[in-house]
Amino acid sequence: MTLPTQLTPEEARRRRKRSVAIALVLAALVLIFYVLTIAKLGPQVLNRPL
Amino acid sequence: MTSLTNTASPAPTFAPAVSPGEVADFFALLKPRVMALVIFTALVGMTVSHSHVNPVIATVSLLMIAVGAGASGCLNMWWDADVDAVMTRTRTRPIPAGRIQPGEALAFGLTLSVFSVLVLGLAANWLAAGLLAFTIVFYAVIYSMWLKRATAQNIVIGGAAGALPPMIGQAVVTGSVGIEGTILFLIIFIWTPPHFWALALVKAGEYARAGIPMMPNVAGPDSTRRQIVAYTALLAPLGLAPVVLGFGGMIYGGVALVGGLAMLALSVEVYRRRDGETANKAAMSLFAFSILYLFLLFSALLAEQGLGLFRPVLG
Repeated sequence: MTLPTQLTPEEARRRRKRSVAIALVLAALVLIFYVLTIAKLGPQVLNRPL
Repeated sequence: MTSLTNTASPAPTFAPAVSPGEVADFFALLKPRVMALVIFTALVGMTVSHSHVNPVIATVSLLMIAVGAGASGCLNMWWDADVDAVMTRTRTRPIPAGRIQPGEALAFGLTLSVFSVLVLGLAANWLAAGLLAFTIVFYAVIYSMWLKRATAQNIVIGGAAGALPPMIGQAVVTGSVGIEGTILFLIIFIWTPPHFWALALVKAGEYARAGIPMMPNVAGPDSTRRQIVAYTALLAPLGLAPVVLGFGGMIYGGVALVGGLAMLALSVEVYRRRDGETANKAAMSLFAFSILYLFLLFSALLAEQGLGLFRPVLG
């Protein structure tokens, strides 16, 4: 049986900061993969019939 | 369903405490100063290659090379936490200080290793990714887990890991490794022993306490001093090789000549001053100047190739 851990305010603060950092890294990755995809495909990717 | 009154049920256990690590502690695991040096040397490897690459691809590649280097540093800290705990220079690192659990560092390092290699392969090419993977394995496994505690040649052979980034940079740009990347590799490789042994002469006691067979502890300080002079005597002319091969110009040539002579003079001082505080001072002067020397060599190449300041010395 596992009892839930009661976080101290300091532990909660650190966990929140780690979570924010992970969110920022994930957002940066989305941006990097998008820009990288465009760069790999080249400018012709925008030149398509509508 | 388990009865709450069942006396045979296991005693309650508390869930593991959440990680006490700050974001900065995880960043420190990546050895940011080493990462900065890796970005710098890989960038120089890119610029001396005289080949065009999309700036986005170059930037993402540099980022992945840095993350891969950081991951290998993280795995090194995970493996060496016991050694780090007994050395003053390293005892405040996140794992020996208890701010990050070893398992967290291992998972962090492995994740970043795999991620950086895969993204570099997709962004640039698989030769560059393969070289990055080799660098990580060489540093984390061959050097950290084996050589470091096994032989006094640990930093000589292990120096290859720190010397590879310019080759990776060249591989990113050209898809191959040429003479430029190889010479830059050799310069860092031959620079590593006098750089680290100068520090090891001063910190010999700490390395002995930690059980690390550094050269001063195994072969003795005098032999180490002779080897420092020998490696520096190789390094000074090797530093001029880019001039001979045509990718180092007048600025680089001047820096390499003056810097190489200064390295030689400082190494001879280390050889001559063997006792007391003057010996430590001479060793620390060489250690500090060796960092500046390498930085100036690579900065000169970057300025010549990146800012168009290249003027050939020969012809």
